[in-house]
Amino acid sequence: MTKSGREILKVSNLKTYFFTRSGIVKAVDGVSFSLREGETVGLVGESGCGKSMTALSILRLVPQPAGRIVEGKILLDGENLLEKSEREMRKIRGKKISMILQDPMSSLNPVYTVGDQVGETIRIHQKLKGARLVTKIKEALHLVRIPSPEVRMRDYPHQMSGGMRQRVIGAIALSCQPRVLIADEPTTSLDVTIQAQYLTLLKEVQQAMNVSIIFITHDFSVVARMCDVVLVMYAGKIVESARVRELFNNPIHPYTIALLRSVPRLEAKIEKLSAINGQPPPLLNPPDGCRFVPRCPESITSCQHTDPPMVAVGQNHHVSCWRVKQL
Amino acid sequence: MGEVLLELRGVRKYFPVTKGLILAKVSAWIKAVDGVDFSVIKGKTFGLVGESGCGKTTTAKLILLLEMPTNGSILFLGKDTQRLSKLELKDYRASVQAVFQDPYSSLSPRMRVKDIINEPMVANNWLPPRDSYERVIELLECVGLDVSMANLYPFELSGGQRQRVAIARALALNPKLIILDEPVSALDVSIRAQIVNLLKDLQEKLGLAYMLIAHDLALVKHMSTQISVMYLGKIVEVSLSDELYANPLHPYTQALFSAILPLTPDQQKEGIVLPGEVPSPLNPPSGCRFHPRCSNARPICQELEPISNEITPGHSVACHLY
Repeated sequence: MTKSGREILKVSNLKTYFFTRSGIVKAVDGVSFSLREGETVGLVGESGCGKSMTALSILRLVPQPAGRIVEGKILLDGENLLEKSEREMRKIRGKKISMILQDPMSSLNPVYTVGDQVGETIRIHQKLKGARLVTKIKEALHLVRIPSPEVRMRDYPHQMSGGMRQRVIGAIALSCQPRVLIADEPTTSLDVTIQAQYLTLLKEVQQAMNVSIIFITHDFSVVARMCDVVLVMYAGKIVESARVRELFNNPIHPYTIALLRSVPRLEAKIEKLSAINGQPPPLLNPPDGCRFVPRCPESITSCQHTDPPMVAVGQNHHVSCWRVKQL
Repeated sequence: MGEVLLELRGVRKYFPVTKGLILAKVSAWIKAVDGVDFSVIKGKTFGLVGESGCGKTTTAKLILLLEMPTNGSILFLGKDTQRLSKLELKDYRASVQAVFQDPYSSLSPRMRVKDIINEPMVANNWLPPRDSYERVIELLECVGLDVSMANLYPFELSGGQRQRVAIARALALNPKLIILDEPVSALDVSIRAQIVNLLKDLQEKLGLAYMLIAHDLALVKHMSTQISVMYLGKIVEVSLSDELYANPLHPYTQALFSAILPLTPDQQKEGIVLPGEVPSPLNPPSGCRFHPRCSNARPICQELEPISNEITPGHSVACHLY
């Protein structure tokens, strides 16, 4: 599993803020990470922690005009995406970086056939038409194992099941051989057996195409299955990052530990789950200091005042917690 | 095992598929629930697992009398719910309550928390308004909410708090059975454990029986004493929860368990990945409904529908392999 491919995407100190009437919402507040060729990075966290906003920032699709990327760099093969014009970005979206969204029903257009929608990306980026376009569409559908693509490409989304629709989304995203694929909770709306199928498929396609994946999820078991590197996000910040095995065997941040403990396990017989008290903090005008303090069982005084820096605790393992520095 | 609270006997629910607008003709039947038997024990949790479209929610609606069964009977404390007098029916509706998946849509946005919790009591002429307000406060404390929240509207609450309000509302009439339809799947991961713990505490304190509908097997196993697995309108396996996990018999149950992803990267198993998808209940496969996806299917599975067999006490499975 220790692939050391080239670094493709590097995000450093990304800050995406929303300027609202009631104040500044710091949705993404200083996120840095890098993605290597053929590697899968998992972004884990609760809803509202900024994981989807991080993804949208990479594609420069932050809702305008309230949302703005105020600081940071996003380097794709060394080129800063934040300095690109909208025209240049259009050539990147869907071609170099593409995205799979959570709900396949709302991300497909109900009035176009599946073939049309897969073809759109190919037509725009590869300038193909006619028979060559049709061949490419079939190839893309074949890649995601849609049986008899020449028939199914004439179907409308409503004629397909949830799992099949999500495969179509996969076909659209992968049709132009992107370098980076952002998968935002791709299996949350699928059934367990269909989720297992889809994740297996995604892994196989990744190996065949050597694409890098940013996998956004809240489910640690999906992370365990899919990711090489995990970033745990809380309230707009990354609180812990490590290689997947290291994170599961040796979690350090209290939030990571609590999250891992709060999930019921099949093997173990526990009477009571250890719950995390309280709720995620509002991101509107967040207080100084560590944002996990109100819910943290082990907070100390310095947690209240200043935000803990990211410190290395092992090879490729970084944690942002004051207690770690004291150890 | 304890006293049987609710019993379903051969319950079926078929929905007609009609053609034409006026003088509509029934062209087919969707067999949403097709012959389901099980019983819920007093003070215990009965878990119902299955993929979407297998009839879990229809079963819940039948128990809540929101749908009438096409066939079969639902007995509550030995009495047939379809033959209840008006008064008994009112009593039944009070004793069986529900908590739904999405607390954003199951609470009225125009009512204050106290009125939401009070409404079942008003509707049932339980208490004069002043006393019922005391009961509201008692209920709020019971589900771990601050009394000051009584005057808030749902939009001012977080998902976890809303689900607590929904639970308080369900508790208002001292029910005996609460149907939990995916009670935590719409909540955040860090909130889920809070609600699961609350439900378990309440069960212990109030002696409630739960019928838990969920697709998350680990959660169902954590909460339930007995689990039944549903596939396309039929129950394929019933067992005590530990036994089911230790010794799943039906190929579908085995596949469901192996589809659960392990929680650590070290125990990556190559499980059974089921081919295909759940067929339409409009046109279910002949014989055993699972045979097109089953790796152990034999010729008999295509022809004959398997009957439920008790393999060990309390563990029944409907499969030709046993």
